[in-house]
Amino acid sequence: MAEKQVTKTRRLIIIGGSSGSLEALLKLLPKLHKKFAIPIIVVLHRSGQADNGLTELLAAKTYLQLKEADEKDLLQPGWIYLAPPDYHLLLEEDGSVSLDASQKVNYSRPSIDVSFISAAPVYKEGLTGVLLSGANADGALGMQAISRFGGRNIVQDPEEAAVSYMPEQAILLCQHADVLNVAKIVALLNSIAMD
Amino acid sequence: MIATGQLEELLENILSRYGYDFTGYSRASLKRRIDGFYVKGRFTSFADMQRRLMDSTAYFMYFVEEVTVNVTEMFRDPAFYQTLREKILPVLATYPFIRIWHAGCSTGEEVYSMAILLKEANLLHKSILYATDLNQAVIEKAKTGIYPINTMQQNSVNYIRSGGKEDFSGYYHANYNLAKFDEGLAEKMIFSTHNLVSDSSFNLFQLILCRNVLIYFERDLQKRVLELFDQSLDSLGFLAMGSKESLRFSSIASHYQQIENKEKIWRKSR
Repeated sequence: MAEKQVTKTRRLIIIGGSSGSLEALLKLLPKLHKKFAIPIIVVLHRSGQADNGLTELLAAKTYLQLKEADEKDLLQPGWIYLAPPDYHLLLEEDGSVSLDASQKVNYSRPSIDVSFISAAPVYKEGLTGVLLSGANADGALGMQAISRFGGRNIVQDPEEAAVSYMPEQAILLCQHADVLNVAKIVALLNSIAMD
Repeated sequence: MIATGQLEELLENILSRYGYDFTGYSRASLKRRIDGFYVKGRFTSFADMQRRLMDSTAYFMYFVEEVTVNVTEMFRDPAFYQTLREKILPVLATYPFIRIWHAGCSTGEEVYSMAILLKEANLLHKSILYATDLNQAVIEKAKTGIYPINTMQQNSVNYIRSGGKEDFSGYYHANYNLAKFDEGLAEKMIFSTHNLVSDSSFNLFQLILCRNVLIYFERDLQKRVLELFDQSLDSLGFLAMGSKESLRFSSIASHYQQIENKEKIWRKSR
């Protein structure tokens, strides 16, 4: 199971979600292992500019360090980065984060597709995309891009998701995605990070 | 999708053919924009796109318009404008003459927002607002002061959230689906093209606003542009940036102080 090439492959996990995904995330975050060895980016659709305390709320739910991403942050294992409101979050070749205030994509900024599509060619098979509950098709095309570059797709089971539309759209485009409930998503992420 | 090597080749060719230097731009965002341009242009190959861009200046200018980000709105981040209104304008009011530079003004929405703040503070008559962008097309749009009427609802909400007390619709005339702002607001504006990457300082200002521009630049270019702003700012002048931008890591940080309420405004201390 543990292949020795892991030290060479840069790894990243991006979790995307929209309507109904916060409750899934609040269940997921506390169960991530204390020594989780892969940086995680969380891209949530959030309303407008108001800082509604989401960063503090999420930070209180995990053993890992959590911050709102700043431009040019260099991704570190043990950290969770939350995409800031009103910016798309993209990934650079050097392992840093770029922010972009261009047009909304799928009515959303941050858009999950933008982060997935940007990260896919950079992290290739080292990338895991996780898509949670939502009422919008954002993330589906991005999941397809991740899989095209050899990355892994995990989709919250539509049966469990508070709003099933977003996971369903991703499953339509990515037949090989692992479709799992939150408990199993956590178990899988922890096993990936302990490889 | 354009390969990394092709992107670098294109940027070098653009620089030598047109003098526009995108080599200091952050690659992820630039590549995404150029990929989008490639898809929209229905080119048959990368070479096809490159040939079109090298053959026609007009087409290259269209490319500049498409690959640079021109998204903006009036009173963007209302709390920022409230801070300008309550903390910065009272300081500027003590000057006999106020010079402001909007660097990377795009289609001008933030310049009109500033003119409205100055007017309400009874300072517009002694102010001058320089507004620059590298992109000629957006400058032409900004000069007209005409915006789609359907953006006015959001603009009005932002205006009220920024502490605006007047009737926002009193600042423009609606005509079919367009809103034209009062010409009195534009009287003190000077629009011009200016490229932060290659052009130099052209005046001294008490306030420079450059919001959501530096996020598209790599660290070295950010440093150079911040030095340009430093040269263009009066002592005790203010530098205002976007909500995710900062002077952190820059060589000028040591003689600037962020204002107390944590909005992205720095004051030059000497």
